[in-house]
Amino acid sequence: MKNMNSQLKRFLAATIATVGMMPVLACAQADGGHVDHASMDMSSTDHGAGEAPAQGHDSSMGAMDHGDMQMQGGSAPLDARDPDAYSDGYVRNAGKYALPPSEKLVMSDMHNFGSVNFDRLEYVRAQGEEWAAYEGEAWYGSTYNRAVIKVEGEVASGKLQESKTQLLWRHVVSTFWDTELGMRFDHDRGAPNREWLAFGFKGLAPYWFEVDATAYVGPSGRTALGLKVEYDILLTQKLYLQPSVEVNFYGKNDERRGLGSGLADGTAGLRLKYEVTRQFVPYVGVEWSSKFGQTADYARAAGDAKQETRFVAGLSFRF
Amino acid sequence: MKRPTALAVPIPIVPRRRFVQGLAAGGVLLGLSPFVRAAGVRSDGTRTGSAAVLSGTEFNLEIGESIVNFTGNPRIATTVNGSLPAPTLRWREGDTVTIRVRNRLRETTSIHWHGIILPYQMDGVPGISFAGIPPGATFTYRFKVQQSGTYWYHSHSGMQEATGVYGAIIIDPLDSDPIQADREYVVQLSDWTDEDPMRVLAKLKMQGDYYNYSQPTAVDFFRDASQMGLKAALDKRKMWNEMRMSPTDLADLSANVLTYLMNGTTPAGNWTGLFRPGECVRLRFINGAANTFYDVRIPGLQLTVVQADGVNVEPVTVEEFRFGPGETYDVLVQPKDDAYTVFAQAMDRTGCARGTLATRTGLEAPVPALDPVEWLTMADMMGAMGTGGMAGMNHGAMPVAGASTLVHHARTEYGPSIDMRVDTPRTNLDDPGIGLRNNGRRVLTLADLHTVGGPMDPRGAEREIELHLTGNMERYAWSFDGVEYGRSTPIHFGYGERVRVILHNDTMMTHPMHLHGMWSELEAPDGQFQARRHTIPVQPAQRISFLVTADALGRWAWHCHLMLHMDAGMFREVVVA
Repeated sequence: MKNMNSQLKRFLAATIATVGMMPVLACAQADGGHVDHASMDMSSTDHGAGEAPAQGHDSSMGAMDHGDMQMQGGSAPLDARDPDAYSDGYVRNAGKYALPPSEKLVMSDMHNFGSVNFDRLEYVRAQGEEWAAYEGEAWYGSTYNRAVIKVEGEVASGKLQESKTQLLWRHVVSTFWDTELGMRFDHDRGAPNREWLAFGFKGLAPYWFEVDATAYVGPSGRTALGLKVEYDILLTQKLYLQPSVEVNFYGKNDERRGLGSGLADGTAGLRLKYEVTRQFVPYVGVEWSSKFGQTADYARAAGDAKQETRFVAGLSFRF
Repeated sequence: MKRPTALAVPIPIVPRRRFVQGLAAGGVLLGLSPFVRAAGVRSDGTRTGSAAVLSGTEFNLEIGESIVNFTGNPRIATTVNGSLPAPTLRWREGDTVTIRVRNRLRETTSIHWHGIILPYQMDGVPGISFAGIPPGATFTYRFKVQQSGTYWYHSHSGMQEATGVYGAIIIDPLDSDPIQADREYVVQLSDWTDEDPMRVLAKLKMQGDYYNYSQPTAVDFFRDASQMGLKAALDKRKMWNEMRMSPTDLADLSANVLTYLMNGTTPAGNWTGLFRPGECVRLRFINGAANTFYDVRIPGLQLTVVQADGVNVEPVTVEEFRFGPGETYDVLVQPKDDAYTVFAQAMDRTGCARGTLATRTGLEAPVPALDPVEWLTMADMMGAMGTGGMAGMNHGAMPVAGASTLVHHARTEYGPSIDMRVDTPRTNLDDPGIGLRNNGRRVLTLADLHTVGGPMDPRGAEREIELHLTGNMERYAWSFDGVEYGRSTPIHFGYGERVRVILHNDTMMTHPMHLHGMWSELEAPDGQFQARRHTIPVQPAQRISFLVTADALGRWAWHCHLMLHMDAGMFREVVVA
């Protein structure tokens, strides 16, 4: 019980540390575009003014309330306009002059789209060992709701060594953020499979950081948290550096899978990618990976390295 | 491969009522030279001409598939009478025209008469004005022509207006034309993609900036930092990065997926219009592109704009004008030298359409280099706030007769369908727009347009409605008030009322807004009448207003004429009842 408690505390600490970022991100969502007048002094917009046409209009500032200006996110004020106010009760495909519903106009906002995106399909070499790794997702759905399959895994000696597969419902909650709700299935060669319920956030933080943070709950009180951040630094229009960081936390020890509670592992990667086309992107890169805490102890006991540097070469592709 | 031998036909030509069956075989479609993508590389002067001209009061149009080859890759286009662009229709004001449109496609089709005042059942928008024309069927359009000028027609079904179903309409005035010229040409600009346009949209759904290869790079950053200092370089990017908006989001599509056409001819094909030195030549410019704003100029010639959207305006002489899909401008030029380039660069500066005015075939004039890509400014993001001097703001001195300047965002503008809101829009009309400001040339602006004879209806606005143009570039979603068409309710105009419409652009793109069935009478911020239009471009962070006399009963479409924006949901139904 005591042990459980400390595990719980550690997990909570980790969760708070990581999830603590979420409100920040959420705020960033709300305030990222907030025109901060302290920083947006007119001198800093002068370059804009220099290019803007001089109009010679009356330019009195009148009663503009700068304090309320917020260009993104936020919530609607009470007196916000009703988007249906101009309809006067008219609807589409019924009533005067309307065509019947069987003839209704359906445009692509009502269509479903789909995409398959393999972010990593790579050959990995580290400490004399080599294997293949993959990570990708496929989605299908509308702008606001999509069914998503995410896959990730490693193949060595012609056999699938480990894999994580997620089936998710991705739902748009704000301009740049989606929630994901679903299931995750883990497969480890020589270890029991694990199933999890998954709930996470995915989106674009200010300064174009791609963030994916998901919490997991499994049977027997297992919990986990995964966080991934990725960034593209464009060197040219086609060549870019992609740093990424991924960390995983677990709520309690899972000795058979070599996972300890708390921060289990972290990986920092740097890939140099070249877009032959937007759909076909070969790359090379390097990754530093480390196991921490009890997870590191398990690895040591199993004779595995606690840390390793990996060289990767692979392909991103999508269609 | 057959090469076309016929020159571009000057208009007017001998009236040809007959159905032009031979056109496809005539090489307009097959004779296009492979277009070499690399800038500046042109093949020898293979030429295709303007579309054939059909005139009279009875027309037979057949919409089918044809093979085209603009890039070296044969593709299927949807065409009218086997021609791309579709035949030019020449009508006469006051006539009743009958147009039988036969559908030989495997999907529903339609023809919309862009800018033409007619009964709503003849307007040709499937799902709104009629049921569309099913495969194998013929629909007969019949209506009285109540106007004159330069217009165009196109399919309103699926993506057919991107794949070739567009053509010019010229309506001769009942009385003599006040615009006198020795010669005239239709110059119809369009864009072509070898890809299935639906696939293009799907790619934008994967990545909103899929086709933007003008994005800020680390190299740009270090160059800026060395030139303007680190802080200034960071400041320049701060807002964009915080807001996750791209300063080079000038067009969704680019030369990476489009081939720009002038009268159905690639830049390499070099469409050529002939003249005799000293003649006054009328050029009827039509932007029939699916997705491209063009900046048009003819180096060496002054352009006297005499008509906008088919309506005569007080002549204004400029060196360049920008127009978006749907808009038309008639321009008079008086060429004296042997050859001039008609240069129409895409707004995002990745490519151009190009043709030549020459005294004989085979002549060419230098083709200007594309202008550099300019970053959108704070004025494009924040409106009047971003101009520093607050130019264009009218808060302190609100005009008595003009549109309300008090911004009312819809409650649906606070959700995921939009990526920004503008609280301090600019209302001035004298901005040529991004990429054209201070370029050393006299560029047409909306403020330069004054329709001859004033407004059609002397009444002031009896009512005001405010609509916001909204979108989310990252998700590639477009809407009015944050609500896409599929979730929207119609907008009701009371029959006979004179209503003021305010369009407030909460995006960083320019949207050519086209209201079907009724004129949009653009006004200045102070309420002064400017011009009667059927398609009005609304710039980023701009708030414009126009008056509509709701004299056309029925259901009508109202949308952004960038086809992908329209299809993504920047579309409303209007009910006049």
